[in-house]
Amino acid sequence: MEDFSLNHLKELEAEAIFVMREVAAQFENPCLLFSGGKDSIVMAYLAKKAFFPARIPFPFLHIDTGHNFVEALEFRDQLVSELGVKLVVGSVQESIDSGKAVEESGYNASRNKLQTGTLLDAIETNKFDAALGGGRRDEEKARAKERFFSHRDEFGQWDPKNQRPELWHLFNGKKHIGEHFRVFPISNWTEMDVWQYIYQENITLPSLYYTHQRECFFRDGQWLAYAPFMKLKPNEKVEVHTVRCRTIGDITCTGLTLSHADTIEEIITEIAATRVTERGSRADDKRSEAAMEDRKKEGYF
Amino acid sequence: MNTDSTKGYLDMQLLRFTTAGSVDDGKSTLIGRLLYDSKAIFEDQMEAIERASKGRGEEEVNLALLTDGLRAEREQGITIDVAYRYFATPKRKFIIADTPGHIQYTRNMVTGASTANVAVILIDARNGVIEQTRRHAYIANLLQIPHIVACINKMDLVDFDEAVYNKIKADFVEVERKLGIHDVHYVPISARDGDNVVDKSTKTPWYTGPTFLDLIETIELRRDKNLDDRRFPVQLVIRPMREAFHDYRGYAGKIAGGIWKPGQKVKVLPSGFETEVEAIDFGGDEIEMAFPPQSVTIRLKDEIDISRGDMLVDPACAPYAEQDIDMMVCWFNEKPLIERGKYIIKHTTNEVRAIIKEIKYKVNINTIENIYDDKKVSLNDIACISVKTTKPLFFDSYKKNRVTGSVIIIDEGTNETVGAGMIL
Ligand SMILES: Nc1nc2c(ncn2[C@@H]2O[C@H](COP(=O)(O)OP(=O)(O)O)[C@@H](O)[C@H]2O)c(=O)[nH]1
Repeated sequence: MEDFSLNHLKELEAEAIFVMREVAAQFENPCLLFSGGKDSIVMAYLAKKAFFPARIPFPFLHIDTGHNFVEALEFRDQLVSELGVKLVVGSVQESIDSGKAVEESGYNASRNKLQTGTLLDAIETNKFDAALGGGRRDEEKARAKERFFSHRDEFGQWDPKNQRPELWHLFNGKKHIGEHFRVFPISNWTEMDVWQYIYQENITLPSLYYTHQRECFFRDGQWLAYAPFMKLKPNEKVEVHTVRCRTIGDITCTGLTLSHADTIEEIITEIAATRVTERGSRADDKRSEAAMEDRKKEGYF
Repeated sequence: MNTDSTKGYLDMQLLRFTTAGSVDDGKSTLIGRLLYDSKAIFEDQMEAIERASKGRGEEEVNLALLTDGLRAEREQGITIDVAYRYFATPKRKFIIADTPGHIQYTRNMVTGASTANVAVILIDARNGVIEQTRRHAYIANLLQIPHIVACINKMDLVDFDEAVYNKIKADFVEVERKLGIHDVHYVPISARDGDNVVDKSTKTPWYTGPTFLDLIETIELRRDKNLDDRRFPVQLVIRPMREAFHDYRGYAGKIAGGIWKPGQKVKVLPSGFETEVEAIDFGGDEIEMAFPPQSVTIRLKDEIDISRGDMLVDPACAPYAEQDIDMMVCWFNEKPLIERGKYIIKHTTNEVRAIIKEIKYKVNINTIENIYDDKKVSLNDIACISVKTTKPLFFDSYKKNRVTGSVIIIDEGTNETVGAGMIL
């Protein structure tokens, strides 16, 4: 007998598609934040399904730190042209050149923090009233209380004490002029769900996610990708290893896993056996226990 | 990976539950234990809470710290908002709406309860069923959570005494009867030590039922949604404007009730036109059948003018289409509900202006009695009201359908969500 139940991936998919369609219906000028990582690739895939056979009715916004993996940029351009969506790029380098942002210095210099300013600028200049992001509540403590529709004041800030209650699937996207929303359709997904979904739907990922040889170095308990602009400490040396990326963002803070996994199934097996969270492999969250929360308040994703 | 375990994972069902209990009844500890025992806690998280426990001068690792969210709350040692947690077993994936007890309690529990299949109510074995337990049961029932699990916690502090458990159970059965709650399960546990949480405890030989995890892994979810009355609120009209799909016109939405198939008769509200389902599309494929909570695109045989906020329904059992609506509301805002005041009501994909015609009565949620002489509905209050909307809503009673029977109330000036309503 038919039991009229969906598996959890189908149910999460239905929820995410509903949220994306609400964004298209409730906002005048939304965009989808596309980082090139697997979460935003899944978001792009879901958006395609949500509006098919119509094209995705909003542009993608990429906040480019200038420190990208070449493979990730190539993948981005290919995907955008396949989907026929417009790509808007907000450049951290430009923010630095124009004096709006100041480059960090020292060994752990990263442009991740600078993304916040560039993102808010891009939202303002393009008059986006909603930005869809691939944030998940399981990623980090501070995100556990995030709403699907997350209201931001005119400074782009998030006030954790003053969020709108969110009930059933009735999303309140009402706002005053100058305010905007961040919307997280895959809030309820875990890292495992994302990987399983990629497997179930046979979604193509950049080669970086699979095993490959890369120049890297070891710092603070993890392997980091090496790029010529990065400063090594005296005791650190560049070595070539067989690795894959667990998340893809800015090169300076993307941790690598020593791995021979070259299929999604192998990656899933590895993750099932790993005992460190995905964000544990991002150097920027290690800075302080409340690091993520601080950046959120400032307007980071 | 062996494909068996990949497949097994793909077959998991999703269960959403919410936790309720007074402060210190052990909610955080129970959740911490579930996450820990199901290996949803990673090494780096565990190290962080070990550090935090030491920082607080505690000897043992405090599992409750795992679920304490934001810094402000950590500093004050309280949790004030709904937080969502995730864990999975080979049978199910769980989403926990963790709604900590505090001043904002009713608001938080109502929020967490709105999407839950199961309400987990914790009772401290030393205190038994108290006023707050009744309140939690009342809210779970008001929000029509289909199943309740009453966890009698801290059994270690009453020597795992069967008599204590039986007395508490009997008291809760009384509450159950009074409220008309149907599906309640009872389990004696010690969240701190793990007795009957994941593994069966040797200290409760008199208890032959399932452990807490067994229960939430096996509770039957099939009847939790309305499969009888076809309801499809239109979210968006899909018009591709592309060569290849020149004449395509589909209605995107999430199925709110019933089982949908091509060929079925449909009535469009508010126009009243009747036609047939031509096809059901999903991401480029035509599908044979769709049911809640699937998001699909429906095409109709005839070209009818339809837009967001309209509803496709079964002509044989249409919902109410009315402007005068009675509902129970839970109030969320510091500013009290204003009788004769104007608000915006969001219902399915519809949005209308409404006036509060009358506050009929308020509910004292501690005694579960109606109050007729004090009609000031403030933050965390629950009341029965009548509203009049500027145009008809297409609705069912909340008891019949949690999707087409629920609304949120929005303040026109501040845009804040100030209340939640369950249509009577
Ligand atoms: N003895 C005993 N103590 C418990 C048990 N469950 C929780 N506690 C303790 O009760 C206190 C409050 O627990 P907590 O989980 O923070 O309660 P919450 O306020 O409901 O989240 C903590 O000190 C726990 O260690 C139990 O089963 N037995």
